[in-house]
Amino acid sequence: MASEVERIGRERERKDIRDRWLLSAPALVIVFLAAVGPLFVMLLYSFMVKGDYGDVRPGEFSLEGWVSVFFQRDIFDDTLGLADAHLSIIWRSIQLSFLTTVLTLILGFPTAYFIATRPPHTREIWVFLVTIPFWTNLLIRTFAMQQVIRNEGLLNNALIWLGVIERPLQIMYTDTANLLGMTYVYLPLMVLPLYASIEKLDFRLVEAGYDLYATRFQVLRRIVIPLVRPGIIAGSILVFIPSLGAYVIPRVLGGGKNMMLGNLIELQFGAGRNWPLGAAMSITLMALVMVALIVYVRNASRGGAGHV
Amino acid sequence: MFRSHFDVRAQPGFGLITLFTFFALYLPIAALVVYSFNGSESLSRWDGLSTRWFVAAWHNSAVQDAAVRSLVIALWAAFLATFAATMAALATTRTAPYRGLTFKYALINQPLMVPEIVTAVALLIVFSRIKVWTGYSGLGYLVMAHTAFCIPFAYLPIRARLESMDLTLERAAADLYATRWMTFRHVTLPLLRPGIIAGFMLAFVISLDDVVITEFVKSGGQDTLPTYMLGQIRRETTPEINAIATVFLALSTVLVVVFFFVNRRKT
Repeated sequence: MASEVERIGRERERKDIRDRWLLSAPALVIVFLAAVGPLFVMLLYSFMVKGDYGDVRPGEFSLEGWVSVFFQRDIFDDTLGLADAHLSIIWRSIQLSFLTTVLTLILGFPTAYFIATRPPHTREIWVFLVTIPFWTNLLIRTFAMQQVIRNEGLLNNALIWLGVIERPLQIMYTDTANLLGMTYVYLPLMVLPLYASIEKLDFRLVEAGYDLYATRFQVLRRIVIPLVRPGIIAGSILVFIPSLGAYVIPRVLGGGKNMMLGNLIELQFGAGRNWPLGAAMSITLMALVMVALIVYVRNASRGGAGHV
Repeated sequence: MFRSHFDVRAQPGFGLITLFTFFALYLPIAALVVYSFNGSESLSRWDGLSTRWFVAAWHNSAVQDAAVRSLVIALWAAFLATFAATMAALATTRTAPYRGLTFKYALINQPLMVPEIVTAVALLIVFSRIKVWTGYSGLGYLVMAHTAFCIPFAYLPIRARLESMDLTLERAAADLYATRWMTFRHVTLPLLRPGIIAGFMLAFVISLDDVVITEFVKSGGQDTLPTYMLGQIRRETTPEINAIATVFLALSTVLVVVFFFVNRRKT
């Protein structure tokens, strides 16, 4: 009898799991077909030979796409040299993303701290005010930044009116424009996770610090920052990763001379007509993102263990 | 005595930086909105208040088409994504861990982990092939792509809602001889509704806002409002683009405010 009951129980469990697979099938199939699967196809394309008018030649494989991410062939003697143009754009993307992270942290940390130390009822309103730009279309926010920094824009007009400068500063189509745009667009991504972790901060520890004659700065550096480190790391990763893959912001604000990796990839599928190279670059970008994520996971787990 | 005047939470200068942050967050948006009421032909000159560019945008057939297309795609994608995500959420919550559960989480959330530009070119590669093979180049590709990246956004609030839901009512229904379907239809689904509405709205906004994936997947003449704007920004811009952006901004702000209050009432 007991084994019979057990058998029925096991069968029911198996049926339940089968039902659960059926139930989740539509979502899994859609995500596979229109997000994950194409990545595998792209991996395959990165090992193929480029077609004359874009696309690839069917059935022909080569490592040329991958080689040309990092190296370029000399047109005269066919020797390999480093592909300076590509490497400098990749390096620029990393640098700009890092600077964006630093800038958003400098502005975002005090803001999140300030919001988290307001009375509970007003906090909600402040957070809501950060959320509205966050949900505003990225392109519109980029365009809004353009209104501020273009030659006849708000910033230049204000500086001329104040007499600080005589002729407008050329900010558009420079790396500064990219940096300002990304900082502006990704700032809410820094503030929100920081706020979440500062809000949970136990201020009795801060009080204890003051009782032991710590200065404001010591309290901030030795108590607050170590305790909210998970929030700092989460915010940094949330800003760094989309910055690395930015496409719209450098296209609108940076222009053709200040491309980032995202625009370089697009170029290979447009005028460059080198799909295997574009595919290899995309996978390089994904690899960079993975590295950032691994650093994050490592740090997050270490940080968590240190404070329990 | 001293304590009552000493605020342990305060940090010098943080209030000022916060002020600057909010100023910086809203100034560009304010500039965009103000310039949309510019009466002049060009963005570089201010010719007094006027709504002429709103009128111009309203009568611009390219804008009308793009706006309708955006709405159609967003409605389809949000509907399909919410439908699939609701089922997936039911299948992945309120159970002991089973083999494949982590795989499901990873797959469903995958669109969040990969940079948009990477997904966009991967879709370009695959869909351009399929377009040649089948000869079909309709909106289906865009709906499909949007549905895929909307699924994790729809899934999130639905799953959260399911996990916080009380099981007793469903047990009571089963005790009263309700079939599994009746229980689902009359107990689970009504309880789940706020999560489903939140998921649908999130998916809708995410689809409506998309630029990058749409830009790479669309065939000729399939501009949505954001890709239309992206194309216009590259050219000589008139305040018409500001007018479009302002209306878009107003609509999405209304959606976010509604979303905020729907969520708040629930808790």
